[in-house]
Amino acid sequence: MHPFTYSRAADPAAAIAAHAQDSHLAFIAGGTDLLGLMKDRAALPDRLLDINALPDMARIEVLRDGGVRIGALARMSDVAANEEIRRRFPVIAESLLFAASGQLRNMASMGGNIMQRTRCAYFRDEDDLPCNKRKPGSGCAARHGLNRLHAIFGWSDECVATHPSDVAVALSALDAKVVVRGRNGERSISFTEFHRLPGNTPDRDNVLDRGDLIVAIEVPDRIEGRASHYLKLRDRESYEFALVSAAAAVATNGSRIGSVRLAMGGVAHKPWRLTAAESALRGVSLDDVQALRTAIATSFVDARPLAHNTFKIELAQRVALRAVQIAGARA
Amino acid sequence: MSESDTEERQGDGRVHLSMMVNGALRSLKVEPRMTLLDALREELGLTGPKKSCDRGECGACTVHIEGRRVLSCMTLAVMHEGKQITTIEGLERDGRLHPLQEAFIEHDGFQCGFCTSGQIMSALAMIQEAKAGWPSAATADVTKRFAPADLSEAEIRERMSGNLCRCSCYPNIVDAVVDATRRS
Repeated sequence: MHPFTYSRAADPAAAIAAHAQDSHLAFIAGGTDLLGLMKDRAALPDRLLDINALPDMARIEVLRDGGVRIGALARMSDVAANEEIRRRFPVIAESLLFAASGQLRNMASMGGNIMQRTRCAYFRDEDDLPCNKRKPGSGCAARHGLNRLHAIFGWSDECVATHPSDVAVALSALDAKVVVRGRNGERSISFTEFHRLPGNTPDRDNVLDRGDLIVAIEVPDRIEGRASHYLKLRDRESYEFALVSAAAAVATNGSRIGSVRLAMGGVAHKPWRLTAAESALRGVSLDDVQALRTAIATSFVDARPLAHNTFKIELAQRVALRAVQIAGARA
Repeated sequence: MSESDTEERQGDGRVHLSMMVNGALRSLKVEPRMTLLDALREELGLTGPKKSCDRGECGACTVHIEGRRVLSCMTLAVMHEGKQITTIEGLERDGRLHPLQEAFIEHDGFQCGFCTSGQIMSALAMIQEAKAGWPSAATADVTKRFAPADLSEAEIRERMSGNLCRCSCYPNIVDAVVDATRRS
């Protein structure tokens, strides 16, 4: 790794001020993504500010309204093991358990998880292949390169990468909020608004600015939350990023779907909410596979495959269907 | 900023660091960019943790920090001031191997041995995680409490998937872990 300086933040206000003033400074928490990026020279900060000692940022607490607040420094393994999370939002626990390995889950923070950068091999390549995310204006090697793992929704000619986080997909389905403290105080960002589509500025993964510190993730109480499931398909059965994944949460009315929340991973630059399918699935019987399938298809009319990932369009619909069925069976 | 920042700008950029490693207080001077793995191997001579992929993909560098299994290649040494670190070298007691180490020998849980220290450190913490009731991706219903008796072969394989074995000794590794779990 390149040389850099290291210091520890004791106070959030000072950390935020330092980050706002210094574009060569990066926060570090678990470090499992940042250090990989630094080893691959895809991130070259001059200064690291360790935020692990910031107070009150690792707690997981049930809110008065039945929601849950997850501190940004809580580790993936602590959230996945938390009994309230498992009981209220199994989709969150499952999405975390299907990600990374036991060792990495002990290290990686929740804030860092949603900040992790794409696994696009061209972005991570040490030889500086064209990548607008790594080096704006250099082009996109994946657009006409090997793009089997890339996006089918919302991509641009400048970037076809997908977002790698699993738990972000579950949080998007549940309409969680990212609580951010910045130079002008605290604000909440709706999870579906947090990550961006690439457009012509794919170097920006999300809407955060300099001086923004994620302090927590808040998950509102959802009737659908308890009957929820995360289904992930991979090239190997464990310890791998998703080809496609789905987070489904279902509330039933008899054997019919009362309401459903559905989001997918591995298909876009951000967790992809299937809002058209959510509307179309209302009132559909969980036993009517063809009707479920037709309702889900409404969210795939604007899918655009790349040269090597046409298979994802069919696979994603099957994964969404299966996730809805499994979640529905838990209701 | 903080004092450590001022300190490291003096001299050669290296910073003082003290950690409890395998029960003994160790003081060293490291550059901020040195990973915990390199500090253990190059500065403290603990070559049990292995440097293989150096990208968090293989698990050969697994050690415990405060009793939790982590990848020492994906964290900086300077981030662990004052912490308790355990490496494979810290498992034996008075010249006697840890029961899990004995189980790996008994079941031929390795061939070349390069991944073994990582496998054993990972398995040891994994058994504790199961005892603490943590579910895994192989757990059918995460809403229920996980009982250590539920630690099936499928559970062990899933929970150990962060440790790759180039010789593919997986069946014997699983046997060793099952045996050690029964005995513990």
